[in-house]
Amino acid sequence: MKKLINCVPGWAARWTLGLLPFVLCLVLYLVASNARLAENQHDKLLPSFSSIAGAIDRAALTPDKRSGEYIFWQDTAASLWRLTLGVGISALSALIIGVLNGAIPYLRAPLSPFVTALSLVPPMAILPILFIVFGLGELSKVMLIVIGITPFLIRDIQQRVLEIPSEQLIKAQTLGASTWQIIVRVILPQTMPRLLASVRLSLGAAWLFLIAAEAIAATEGLGYRIFLVRRYLSMDVILPYVVWITLLAFLLDWLLRKISRLCYPWFHAQTENA
Amino acid sequence: MTGSLRTFVLLLSCFAFFASTSAYAEPRKKFSICWSIYAGWMPWGLAADNSIVKKWADKYGIEISVVQINDYVESINQYTAGKYDGCSMTNMDALTIPAAGNVDSTALIVGDFSNGNDGIVLKNKNSLAAIKGQKVNLVELSVSHYLLARALDSVGLAEKDIKVVNTSDADLVSAFNTADVTAVVTWNPLLSEILAMPNTHAVFDSTKIPGEIIDLLVVNTETLKDNPNFGKALVGAWYETMALMSADSEAGKAARNAMGKASGTDLAGYEKQLATTKMFYQAADAVAFTKSASLKTTMQYVAEFSFDHGLLGEGASDAGFIGIETPVGIYGNPKNVRFRFDPTYMQMAADGKL
Repeated sequence: MKKLINCVPGWAARWTLGLLPFVLCLVLYLVASNARLAENQHDKLLPSFSSIAGAIDRAALTPDKRSGEYIFWQDTAASLWRLTLGVGISALSALIIGVLNGAIPYLRAPLSPFVTALSLVPPMAILPILFIVFGLGELSKVMLIVIGITPFLIRDIQQRVLEIPSEQLIKAQTLGASTWQIIVRVILPQTMPRLLASVRLSLGAAWLFLIAAEAIAATEGLGYRIFLVRRYLSMDVILPYVVWITLLAFLLDWLLRKISRLCYPWFHAQTENA
Repeated sequence: MTGSLRTFVLLLSCFAFFASTSAYAEPRKKFSICWSIYAGWMPWGLAADNSIVKKWADKYGIEISVVQINDYVESINQYTAGKYDGCSMTNMDALTIPAAGNVDSTALIVGDFSNGNDGIVLKNKNSLAAIKGQKVNLVELSVSHYLLARALDSVGLAEKDIKVVNTSDADLVSAFNTADVTAVVTWNPLLSEILAMPNTHAVFDSTKIPGEIIDLLVVNTETLKDNPNFGKALVGAWYETMALMSADSEAGKAARNAMGKASGTDLAGYEKQLATTKMFYQAADAVAFTKSASLKTTMQYVAEFSFDHGLLGEGASDAGFIGIETPVGIYGNPKNVRFRFDPTYMQMAADGKL
């Protein structure tokens, strides 16, 4: 008899099994929602799919009565802009600091313990200080993401640089490479796919900080809308927004993975499934 | 397989049960109400701690649990979702959250109205008209927003003349320290904290719209109808607590001190908050206020504001979509009354019939 660990589902079975939990969630929701709606047809906690569809229509497909804007797309654009800006700045600074930290012991000595300590400070706990330094505008929202994920990225990149086999560095030196050449030609190319991998992992945290920032002070954004209508228990608006955020996060993750596979196929050849 | 199927069915039935527990309408013995920290609602904590609620519940042969919830909006949402039979809230939130969510609600106790507890503060400017063109930080769609709308109205401005920035109440005080923030609308104790900073001017407050921001104890209308004893016990407990806290005796002072501590300040701090809150210590005063014609006008303003901001639900066709019953008459659609001011029980307290 075949051992359980050797039973691999085929293509069709994998899809079916993969979709199963989602279908179960939907069914559970439907049952619970119907039970509540049977009592109060205007129940707001678990609205029916038709009222969710109505809310999507009002937010995404009809211009807002007051401003004439499509608030759903306006929120999405504002949030994505803040997120990409925050993650972009974080990735760039993490790449520079992380590589230098990993490559140059005299930079690592003062910076590494500090970055480690910094990465352990919960940014949400020092919000009032962040407000006073960065104000309440767009800057503070981007900065919350940057402060939240950069230290983590720096630590990761530094670690990856230190994991580069010393034989490579010695070989480059015997071939006459300078420190600068080693950084640019040996270390940097090997760090890039690893940076993309850590950025993918930090996206979840980045979303968290973005939504927290938008909940505190904002005039638009996905997090702003959710916290605004939470006051009125408008789950018919909140639930599609949550699904949309999940989808956007999934797409960003998928996009980064594609870029990584396209630009650094050698990396994915050694670590399949990464 | 059968095991996991059983778990699934069990989960399903749990959900169904959970969702249907609020269905029971026959007379019950156990009730629960929730409240959150605010000057005018602190007596609920006192009444629970001093067993006043228990005494009155025992008198009517029922049980009432009084639960404090840290987040105000969450407490209303829990009530609207059917987890509690009653909850402390303002007149505007009672209209826009439970009533708009089709939970027929009755204002059982009219506890107080804001008499300076809510205000608009400008940095470096000392007239309300100077607010024009500024960004105004406030909790959007809250009573602060309503106060702002009424204030703008009073100087011939409209909401389009300013820009509202939704700001969490927890962060409003620290936000005011930044250069970006030049105008805020908020409530006490945040208001007095902000006014204690240099170059701040209170340009408008709720004393200019007296009796419009009302703090209530709202209960589920159906539950009240089926269980009058629930209403009697709550009202009885409330006015006993009112007598205790307003007394000029050692016991009264101790009560105010306890409420001050519970709300994170001290006796002096709490008495300062009470000074800007018009408490109805006497049931008769609350009844007179509820029966006055101005209550209906106030609810009309509140309904109009709520409709303008889309708070009456998407099906609402006009400000009168949800009927509001007051002793002088119904505002709005009499066929869709979902929010009621009912002085019956407070009248019983005033007449000493509880």
